[in-house]
Amino acid sequence: MTQRQVYPEISLVAEGLACGRGGHALAADIAIALAPGQGLLLRGPNGAGKSTLLLTLAGLLPPLAGSIRYAGHDAEAGPALHYCGHRNGVRARLGVAQTLDFWAGLNGRTGLSIAAALEEVGLAGAAGLDAGYLSAGQQRRLALARLLVTRRPLWLLDEPSAALDTAGQALLARLLADHLARNGLAVIATHDAIAVPDLSVLTLGEAA
Amino acid sequence: MTIDTTPKMRWWDRLAHPGQFLAWTGYLVWPLIILTALLFALGLYFAFFNSPADYQMGDTVRIMYVHVPSAWLSQFVYGAMAVSALGTLVWRHPMADVSMKAAAPLGAAFTAMALFTGSMWGRPTWGTFWEWDGRMTSTLVLLFIYLGIIALWRAFDDQLRAARVIAVFTLVGAVNVPIIKFSVDWWSTLHQPASVFRADGPTMPPSLLIPLFIMFFAFTFLFITLQVVTMRTEVRRRRVITLERKAARETGA
Amino acid sequence: MNGFSGILRRELRLALAGGGDMLTLVLFFVITGALVPFAVGPDRELLARIAPGIVWIAAFLAMLMGLDRLLRPDREDGTLALYRLADLPLSAILAAKVIVHWLTSALPLILAAPFLALILGMDPQTFWRTLLSLLLGTPALAAFGTFGAAVTVAIRRGGLLAPILIAPLCVPVLIFGVGAISPLGGPDQAGAALLLLAALSLMACALSPFAAAFAIDWGEE
Repeated sequence: MTQRQVYPEISLVAEGLACGRGGHALAADIAIALAPGQGLLLRGPNGAGKSTLLLTLAGLLPPLAGSIRYAGHDAEAGPALHYCGHRNGVRARLGVAQTLDFWAGLNGRTGLSIAAALEEVGLAGAAGLDAGYLSAGQQRRLALARLLVTRRPLWLLDEPSAALDTAGQALLARLLADHLARNGLAVIATHDAIAVPDLSVLTLGEAA
Repeated sequence: MTIDTTPKMRWWDRLAHPGQFLAWTGYLVWPLIILTALLFALGLYFAFFNSPADYQMGDTVRIMYVHVPSAWLSQFVYGAMAVSALGTLVWRHPMADVSMKAAAPLGAAFTAMALFTGSMWGRPTWGTFWEWDGRMTSTLVLLFIYLGIIALWRAFDDQLRAARVIAVFTLVGAVNVPIIKFSVDWWSTLHQPASVFRADGPTMPPSLLIPLFIMFFAFTFLFITLQVVTMRTEVRRRRVITLERKAARETGA
Repeated sequence: MNGFSGILRRELRLALAGGGDMLTLVLFFVITGALVPFAVGPDRELLARIAPGIVWIAAFLAMLMGLDRLLRPDREDGTLALYRLADLPLSAILAAKVIVHWLTSALPLILAAPFLALILGMDPQTFWRTLLSLLLGTPALAAFGTFGAAVTVAIRRGGLLAPILIAPLCVPVLIFGVGAISPLGGPDQAGAALLLLAALSLMACALSPFAAAFAIDWGEE
């Protein structure tokens, strides 16, 4: 906990990117260049393509045009990114610590220990509970804890502050600031204010 | 979708663009229809007037001229679908999607026709409409696979996404069809080892063979014609849907 | 392999925690088999003769019933998208799913099969052969089933579609499964059927995780 792990220097470069579903482009000609330690806020009205852009950056959707590169990423080291979407990937019948342990096993235990990660997101007291007993905000905290147990340099967060209370939003800001300070990258789609300094902003869907 | 407009376009790439596909196949439709009609006229003339009735089966043997080509097509169309599926997955050819989608109902129709004519033929010769004989049974299973694929096409909202998934399923089906055929043959000989009825015995006089041969080509060209026409319709349908969506967005915005 | 066993543990835990699912499946299997005498009459001789077929059909249907619960919940809560970004390849995850599917929906049926054999009046020798053929054949059903679930997972109301798609592909499993039991073709044929059944299972289990991974990768939004 005392020594800070620093990520390998990876930058995200997307050029002329068009993304959409079913062959129809929601957002076109997007250029993104993120250097290590930089965060990007995606803004724009509903339906502007924020979530779609995040899915495309994550490689879960094929880009309709353009290219995405993770410069400096060693493909041997496994996936470079964490995606955290609307759905938390939390199953009601599974325990909180079990859920986290499962993801750590699947993605590699390169980050915090399970107990430390739960402590970090304020769920230490709920470790033995079934995840179904958690509130929506607590489930979101559990989903964020998944990003802590496996270290990956790029975080793609879709509405991460949804359902979070004031303390939760502060927690999110703290986690993000810490992540960026370790040379991490982040792309966050949100309507809320995120209390992290020096985030650049990309607004989608204005006068398209 | 971006189109590469380098001057050296092979016919392959040219077909990849829906508009080009429509233009190119436009010239093909009428010649194909005429050729198919001629082959059918010739084949049916031979089948009805210029071939002998069987000494055992009488005039019912003429059902063969429809039954055997349909049975052949029921398998040939699946082959065409599997090749299209490879085209979708390996070469990402946009027309392969369309070809795969067009072929499924055609294959189901030919398979159903093979089963129908088979049972029409079976009534006078076997004395029953349905016999659990190896061929009939594996054709029935093939029909189920076709119908499943059609149901799969209808279940997907996004046809581009559907194409790739269905291509995987089609190929898995293609690996399975021989296994199914083998298992059904094994099963039918197990239960009735003695009398296995063979529709096309190895020795067939030329008077039967020539009309059969012509009908064979007539049916194959019928398939090709229908396939091309269906593909053209599908390309146009997609274009209409795209335009409708665009119009809806523009009025909505 | 940490992640692989992790998935096995998670799925087994979920299946046991929601114990209702497994119980429902076993009940479905037993009730389907027990309904046949009502349909064909309580003729002991006839029932004993068709008992292997009844057991196989009931197992076949019960395994197809469970398909919708295999991948759909994972897709709905977002886990499937995360699987695609996991350190473990998707095909390995799906291989784990095949194993879990077999453990949670085939093994309980095999354990319940003696009851069905008893009420259908199977003789002991046929019963043991039935158990053996179920053990060898159900892995193929699990593998085909996982593939079917993967093909239909992106469809919103694909519940009944997977069984419809997979049933024709499983015809050989049924044929060899019952063929390995019934003494129709003599012991030679039954032995051949047993070997063919094992071959089918091996092939299906080896290939279906890859085919299923392709279907998910290309079919997901």
